[in-house]
Amino acid sequence: MRDRRPLPTSPGFWRSPVRGSWFTSVLGLVLLAGITVLFVTGLLSYAAYNPNLSPVNDQTPGKGLLGFYLFAWPTHPHWLYRLTQGVHVTLGITLIPVLLAKLWSVVPRLFALPPVRSVTHALERLSLLLLVGGGLFEFTTGVLNIQLDYVFPGSFYPLHFYGAWVFFAAFVAHAALKTPAAVRTVRRMRAGGEEEGDLVAPRPAPPTVSRRGALWLVGGGSLLLFVTSAGRSFDGLLRQTALLTPHGGAEPGSGPGGFQVNKTAAYAGITPAETRADTWRLTVTGRTGTVRLTRADLERMALHSAALPIACVEGWSTSDQWWRGVRLRDLAALVGHGDPPDVLVESLQAHGAFRRAALRADQVGDPRSLLALYVNGEDLTPDHGHPARVIVPAAPGVLNTKWVARLTFGELR
Amino acid sequence: MNRRPPRTPGTPGDARTPGLRRLPLGSPLHLLLLACSFALAAYAGVRLLAGDWLGVALWFVGAALLHDLVLLPLYSAADRAVVRAAGAVGRREWALYVRVPAALSVLLLLVWFPLISGMVDQSYRLAAGLSADGFLARWLLITAVLFGGSALLFLLRLRRAAKERPPAVH
Repeated sequence: MRDRRPLPTSPGFWRSPVRGSWFTSVLGLVLLAGITVLFVTGLLSYAAYNPNLSPVNDQTPGKGLLGFYLFAWPTHPHWLYRLTQGVHVTLGITLIPVLLAKLWSVVPRLFALPPVRSVTHALERLSLLLLVGGGLFEFTTGVLNIQLDYVFPGSFYPLHFYGAWVFFAAFVAHAALKTPAAVRTVRRMRAGGEEEGDLVAPRPAPPTVSRRGALWLVGGGSLLLFVTSAGRSFDGLLRQTALLTPHGGAEPGSGPGGFQVNKTAAYAGITPAETRADTWRLTVTGRTGTVRLTRADLERMALHSAALPIACVEGWSTSDQWWRGVRLRDLAALVGHGDPPDVLVESLQAHGAFRRAALRADQVGDPRSLLALYVNGEDLTPDHGHPARVIVPAAPGVLNTKWVARLTFGELR
Repeated sequence: MNRRPPRTPGTPGDARTPGLRRLPLGSPLHLLLLACSFALAAYAGVRLLAGDWLGVALWFVGAALLHDLVLLPLYSAADRAVVRAAGAVGRREWALYVRVPAALSVLLLLVWFPLISGMVDQSYRLAAGLSADGFLARWLLITAVLFGGSALLFLLRLRRAAKERPPAVH
């Protein structure tokens, strides 16, 4: 015989002996630290695109005050974006079990009666909708985007950026309201205190796992996601360990050009007819006019080397590759800019959000910023941007334009 | 802190018309904090909703509802079924040996579903020049290792228990 089960609105409905303020507090404090890092690295990634430099870099022209902190993204250290974006995505993936466990731990409060106890409480519950909806929205769009599953309602950049601000607004309020109590709970329990509060089941089912054991399971989930993801920020054996993550596992090819590719030539619609020695020309425009260069012309200019990674907004990156080509500032000088200005780079690519990208003067002026013709001692492969591509230290992958057709110095539209 | 304000039975009118009781305001400091939070959320929110506002709103609210009212009850029910099955043989704590590998495996499936299910095979191959074939196999392999490891631990535990128990006792 089944005894009459209480409704979810009754505290007696919730039977798990794991629920309680300690479990929730520990998870909450982990998320407080983790989501703060996610938000900061997310804002850094947004700044790394230099959205204020030119409309072609800006996926969110209506950002208004939300871009208040923007700054000129530096070129030092050259692994900066590789680090910040690797942390952003890998940490986000790692925090998924913590987020899910945190939501599980407080679900009785969703149904608690009375639904509204005061005006403040009503507003707090509305704020929780933004917190939970926003958190899940941010994690979901992020996880889908790195798997190239663009099913969300709009372009990823504005959704993830504005969604982050909505989520963060609710997150700050929630953290301010709850953190003091969470810290007190953890301290009290460490001193040997008893579990208390509204989350403790009034008639718990017999335990099958301790609270600490449940926390180990959450940590185990995080660890499993971490070890099957983190390797995609490195080449070689480490990448092999990223078993379930996009751009983890195997390299797309072998040899000098065998490292990871964001968008292949086929995907970008680049045909060999456009990139042949007799058809491809680089158009460089500046103060003194326009120069058209063949690939052979470029090869006759002073060639320089730089060891730089490719770091994608999707969180994967390669180790440093050895690029060789013409310095961007030498190309600027060729058209009358002794002092390197900003540049607009245009690709042969006919479609795609970043077929045109702007680079700031400090990026153009860096001696490691190249229009690369070779990588790892060989000609660029078609997928890596043959006949010529931009490579700039610390810049997000999409600003390292491939299949470059035109450079316009000093004019960004 | 989830401080419940004390019920105020002495309030006039409370006993007669509980439904029409005037809603107390609550802490003014909290109110101020929430007002600031909503102002920022609204500022970003109008930008978030500038495009396909219905789609975005559905995703935003739908994510919370889908999680709280579908995903969570589903996995709770599955977990209860496992515990009940273990309870049927009188050993509820044995549920852990199914629960842990199953939870980890489902977690991986949930996060990497587009790749594992093969939904994005074509775009992944075309964009990244990589094969998406291996994801399902690798997930199954990881799942097999998780359950295999759990079974091994379970057998070891049974053996240890059998050794410690005197043979006469049943």
